[in-house]
Amino acid sequence: MVYLDNSATTLPWQEVLDTYQQAASAYFGNPSSLHRPGVEAETLLGKAREAAASILKVKSSEVIFTSGGTEGNNLAIKGTAVEHQNRGKHLITSAVEHPSALEAFAQLEAFGYEVTYLPVNKEGRIRPEDVENAVREDTTLVSIIHVNNETGTIQPIEEIGKRLAAYPKLYFHTDHVQGAAHVPLDLGKANVDLCTISAHKFHGLKGTGMLYIKDGTVLSPLFHGGGQEQKIRAGTENVPGIAAMAKALRLAREQHTKEAKRMYELQKYLLQELEKIDGAQVNTPQTGAAPHIVNVSFPGLKPEVIIQALTKRDIHVSTKSACSSKLNEPSHVIEAAGLGQERADSAIRISFSFETIKEEIEKLIDVFHEIIPEMKKVMGA
Amino acid sequence: MKYDHILIRYGELALKGKNRKDFENKLKENIQFAIREHRTCKVKRTYGRMFIELHDENPNDVLEKLKHIFGISSFSLAMKTENDVEAIKEGALQAFLQREGNNRTFKVSARRSYKPFPIRSQDLNQHVGAHILRNTENVTVDVHNPDVEVVVEVREQGTYITCGRIDGAGGLPVGTAGKVALMLSGGIDSPVAGYLAMKRGAEIEAVHFHSPPYTNERARKKVEDLTNILTKFGGSIRLHIVPFTELQKAIHAHIPSSYSMTIMRRMMLRITERIAQKQDAKAVVNGESLGQVASQTLESMHTINEVTNIPILRPLVTMDKQEVVEVSEQIGTYDISVLPYEDCCTIFLPSDSVTKPRRDKAVRFEEAFDFEPYINEAVQYVETLTIGNEQENKTEQKMNDLL
Repeated sequence: MVYLDNSATTLPWQEVLDTYQQAASAYFGNPSSLHRPGVEAETLLGKAREAAASILKVKSSEVIFTSGGTEGNNLAIKGTAVEHQNRGKHLITSAVEHPSALEAFAQLEAFGYEVTYLPVNKEGRIRPEDVENAVREDTTLVSIIHVNNETGTIQPIEEIGKRLAAYPKLYFHTDHVQGAAHVPLDLGKANVDLCTISAHKFHGLKGTGMLYIKDGTVLSPLFHGGGQEQKIRAGTENVPGIAAMAKALRLAREQHTKEAKRMYELQKYLLQELEKIDGAQVNTPQTGAAPHIVNVSFPGLKPEVIIQALTKRDIHVSTKSACSSKLNEPSHVIEAAGLGQERADSAIRISFSFETIKEEIEKLIDVFHEIIPEMKKVMGA
Repeated sequence: MKYDHILIRYGELALKGKNRKDFENKLKENIQFAIREHRTCKVKRTYGRMFIELHDENPNDVLEKLKHIFGISSFSLAMKTENDVEAIKEGALQAFLQREGNNRTFKVSARRSYKPFPIRSQDLNQHVGAHILRNTENVTVDVHNPDVEVVVEVREQGTYITCGRIDGAGGLPVGTAGKVALMLSGGIDSPVAGYLAMKRGAEIEAVHFHSPPYTNERARKKVEDLTNILTKFGGSIRLHIVPFTELQKAIHAHIPSSYSMTIMRRMMLRITERIAQKQDAKAVVNGESLGQVASQTLESMHTINEVTNIPILRPLVTMDKQEVVEVSEQIGTYDISVLPYEDCCTIFLPSDSVTKPRRDKAVRFEEAFDFEPYINEAVQYVETLTIGNEQENKTEQKMNDLL
């Protein structure tokens, strides 16, 4: 199997599954219980939090465990907007966010908030000065995705953070779900107040994630209940999943140190080879993109058909983001980049993991050469 | 070429003869303990200095741990080169370039303690300075107020180059002043008292009074966690858990409630003294601060102190609560200390404690009942854990392995 949809989800590493399984049976207690099994589960939870925090170079008290990227984005965005509504109801984001951010903003708009959606250039990038220019007296939150989940474009988070430092009253959130493994952010340098991370994008398990909440950042919870996670996220903690996530994060950072260079080379190779395919138009920018994502359009061809043809040959890629790829809609990211309706309609995303090797990319290219001319004839493109 | 050493400097005040050797040996041990997770690191002692060879370890992680060790006055990342002028020049350039932070102006301070090296310090300054200037842009020399001081030390075994220094924790290496028994309750004060005693070189035997089922597992875990934080500053610490339930019940049954707090403290002190004797500790340390609460009036201290003549050190005695809180936040015990679990001082707390207990009354009340068997039993069944010794704590080790 050639699995090239790692931006949708990754295969959990065996060591991570082992941790999950052992923790789930050895430390099954509820961390809030007073008895020994409870205390043990709480101890493991604390250790996992410490381990994750130290990798992210933040304090343990700044890490809140969530169910993943969608929850992290919703909690960060709605949590700050609601908590600080008396100070202002203006929010800033970009046109190329993940649906879990965009839909959260849409709900807030329905509740009477005003949202500024910043435009992007052909590379899918916003300009830091646009962010600053959009800031108003009543702005409470800026939320910008770090690595775009469709095109891999890296947004200038550090530069934006630097500029926003002059506005201490507003909060800065970044959706770091796609960047966490392959383009790790230095949260201190980036000057972010909130940062969303999801474990299953780096070989952890689905249903686990983290939200970094910088000390002093106040937000209103989405879930109310037993006061877990500093009363920001009630609900019995998923201790084994969290332990597995801490382990996956550690292994992912080790892999990143070892494999980053090779991954950039792999991406370069794929981009070069795509140039040679008639009609292929690459949407991922040449520079300033994450190494694990390549987005390419075949104008005139239906992406679902290409996916079907590939999957029949045991190669698995996706159309735009997995979350919305079942809908037959054009990519809002590519549309926003002004690359035209045709490209937005026909985009395919190829995404690597640390384990992806050159032979797999060669195989993909061979199959493209085989099927694309054929399809063009049939579909008359 | 990269930073491959850490250079550690320690105060040399009052260090002569055998003292100095003890001091250095203890410090080395404590450093080795603090960086034990970094297995390839090696600690070496040279004349008046220590070096850590980093090998493959992450320098920042090691630096972070050194900040907590008492007895270190300052430390720096260092590059080691051969005693060859070209190697030194290149090393100094790399050390300068790889340093994090503002790098606009610099000066070079060469020191040649290895005299056979042919180039004199002044000349070496110029060679190195010129090499840095030639290979950088927008960097200038400022001998009065430089962003970076490039220190080049030519020693017999090689040349060490450092850029900037980090302040150490000061104090004396834990263990050089002997041993004390710390009465550790789980509150805010006693861990700070322990920390301050460690700062002056005392090694700690922690004593905690546990009254199950009235105090629960979590209260006990809390004390273990606090002790674990204290291990960052010295080395592993023995924690003695005293089973206190029966004695506390006896006090409750036989002592008038207004004096039960005073008598309980006298009992605790008696037990701590016996543990101290067994462990060869020469003093007791507690977190009392004068007048802070009812049990810490001068009269109360006077009455409680009567039961022992072992020195009682009270590092917090003149500190305000706020000052104590600040230290506890800084050393990382505050968040644990404020967790709301009952300890043995709060469960049987009478509402009518006297604030000015008298010795004669305390003695009279104690004579009404024979507490001695209870004290003996408490001492006999003390449970001793070594905190900070991973091999001993299998559960924690298993958990660490999971992550």
